[in-house]
Amino acid sequence: MAEPKRAEVSGDASDLTAVADVVAEVPPEVVAQSLGEYVRGYAARIRAGESGVLPVIVAMLAIIVVFGALSPVYLSAGNIVNLFQQSAVIMVLAMAEGFALVLGEIDLSVGFVGACGAAITVQLIQPATTNWPWPLAIVAGLIFCLIFGMVQGLLITQLRLPSFIVTLAGYLIANGVFLKILLFGPFSGYPNLIGQTDNLHFIYYLMWANIDPVVSWIGAAVVVAALGAFIWLGDSRRRKSGLVAPPASLTLIKIGVIAAVAIVVVAICNLNRGVLIVQEGVPWVIPIVLAVLAAWTVLLQRTKYGRYVYAIGGNPEASRRAGINLSLIRTTGFMLCSFTAGVGMILYASYLNGMSNNVQGGQYVLYAVAAAVIGGTSLMGGRGKPLHGVLGGLVIGAIYNGMYLLGLSFEWQYIVTGLVLLAAIIIDAVSRRGSGSGSVTRI
Amino acid sequence: MAVAGIAPEPLLKVRELDKHFGPVQALYHVDLDLPSGKVTALCGDNGAGKSVLTKCIAGVYQADHGQVFWEGHPVHIHAARDASRLGIETVYQDLALCDNLDIVQNMFLGRERLRNRLLDEDNMERAAAETLAGLRVTTVKSIRQPVASLSGGQRQSIAVAKAVMWNSKLVIMDEPTAALGVVQTRNVLDLIKTLRDKGLAVMVISHNLNDVFEVADRIAVMYLGRLVVQDDAANFDRQSVVDYMTTGGSSRGGGRAKES
Repeated sequence: MAEPKRAEVSGDASDLTAVADVVAEVPPEVVAQSLGEYVRGYAARIRAGESGVLPVIVAMLAIIVVFGALSPVYLSAGNIVNLFQQSAVIMVLAMAEGFALVLGEIDLSVGFVGACGAAITVQLIQPATTNWPWPLAIVAGLIFCLIFGMVQGLLITQLRLPSFIVTLAGYLIANGVFLKILLFGPFSGYPNLIGQTDNLHFIYYLMWANIDPVVSWIGAAVVVAALGAFIWLGDSRRRKSGLVAPPASLTLIKIGVIAAVAIVVVAICNLNRGVLIVQEGVPWVIPIVLAVLAAWTVLLQRTKYGRYVYAIGGNPEASRRAGINLSLIRTTGFMLCSFTAGVGMILYASYLNGMSNNVQGGQYVLYAVAAAVIGGTSLMGGRGKPLHGVLGGLVIGAIYNGMYLLGLSFEWQYIVTGLVLLAAIIIDAVSRRGSGSGSVTRI
Repeated sequence: MAVAGIAPEPLLKVRELDKHFGPVQALYHVDLDLPSGKVTALCGDNGAGKSVLTKCIAGVYQADHGQVFWEGHPVHIHAARDASRLGIETVYQDLALCDNLDIVQNMFLGRERLRNRLLDEDNMERAAAETLAGLRVTTVKSIRQPVASLSGGQRQSIAVAKAVMWNSKLVIMDEPTAALGVVQTRNVLDLIKTLRDKGLAVMVISHNLNDVFEVADRIAVMYLGRLVVQDDAANFDRQSVVDYMTTGGSSRGGGRAKES
């Protein structure tokens, strides 16, 4: 009888620490009835290392202050828009990688698989050869990505191979396939978007064309109003029916932040940043990235599919017992990852005005993982949002842009990005130690 | 051994169940009754066959011989899905909760409610709150907090609530209090009594005789793959249960041995 007693005593001790942890780990919006309570709850969470997107916002501000002080052009409208365009590819690739990371896996192939898709698209619209209409060419490129992702997903789920190795092989294979695709056609090795057909123009415009300033304002107003109404109505309905909901003041602050960001971004983009000709308005790439963000946020946060992705990342055994088809969700997760990578690299083709064997697909994978983790996605699975990829991508883009302007060599860019990634993973590890969660058992 | 005509037909009747793994006979002619509205404690030393018996009932293992009757009708439980279709839910020791999901999300995992093809969070939250209130699980701060932030007893309660949410009629709990402190053990035992008062059949596997005598209406003891005794808890005392667990018989006479 001595044994059970001892177990009870130690159980009690852990209860006490558990009680202390609870305050820190419960999201403040869950228990807060007023704004004051919310702030106190959030402060407790930060002290416990559960900080959400706060570190990335702080990092972003620090980067802006440092580079803004060191380089006079850093905060010019032209450079800020340029920064958005440079970061867009990393943002989309990081959202792609997010699928694999939330599932508790990793996909090292995103850079070159996406590059293959983009190269297929660029080749198919060449007027001298196939001259496909751009929508078909994009669909063809993305279908390639889906199939590549499906094969990797099937190897991982059906043969139970580790995703690290399967996608490492996929990375090498896609690298070779990418270089092969480039060799077709008249511009052997460098298919590009130079020419006078609408098809070529369209792909080029994805990154470089601007929305008319007036239309930019109207569009931003419509998006903010719709999003604001959606958030406000949802929260107040939940408040009325006694469900868990944040206090009204917090809902208003949330909407206010969204509106403020939209106003600042549109105002900066609408300044004339041209040197010889007028260059103003929001570049198309911003709504494209936001559309990807919105689509994947809805998919992951509000559908059954998304719920299962998180469940598998959190506890595969529990998911299996709940009747979830693990292979199906994992395989489609890898497909969506590759698909999104294709979208990202088509934007990159637009940015580069074509595709060439200089594309560093391997490096982009690392940026994608780094951006997702910097934004707050966990490498251990089960935690992460598409928004993290966007914020992390912006941080990496801001560092690169700033160091380039300062004339620092690429050696230093690598070193600084590496240090930022280390900082991010340390934050992830520390916050995880507190919660003691994160089963990565594979079934 | 069952006294025909006196007791009403038990919810689940297991008869002559055999199960072997290779040369090892894990279950040998096991008979077990699990009546509705009663808590049956299944006791036995390590390796006595408690887990194998549980898994045969839950559809994880297939018995080699023997029959299972559900509400008097013979049934074949080939998979966990068959068991939950009948209304049998098992809460294993590892609880099978996703730490990163909140209470509502865990309770509805795999059976989410939809509206316009999107998750109907409001509906699920209300239903989860009702279930928890019905089970008098009141210690959680908010049902939107992640399971990672819950104490062991709260997690156990959530796992039980998740199991009974689906009109289940029999809940099997594997060592529900093994890792819990005094207060939390009390909460879980109260929860088990609530389930019984709602008319469910409950089977609790436990080593802890304090808990067994506190909560069980009936006690069944296994010894080396055999179910050596099952009877009303009132007919046992501590010593007789320990005797049955360690030797397969008792000179103190408590309980009716199967062989008699």
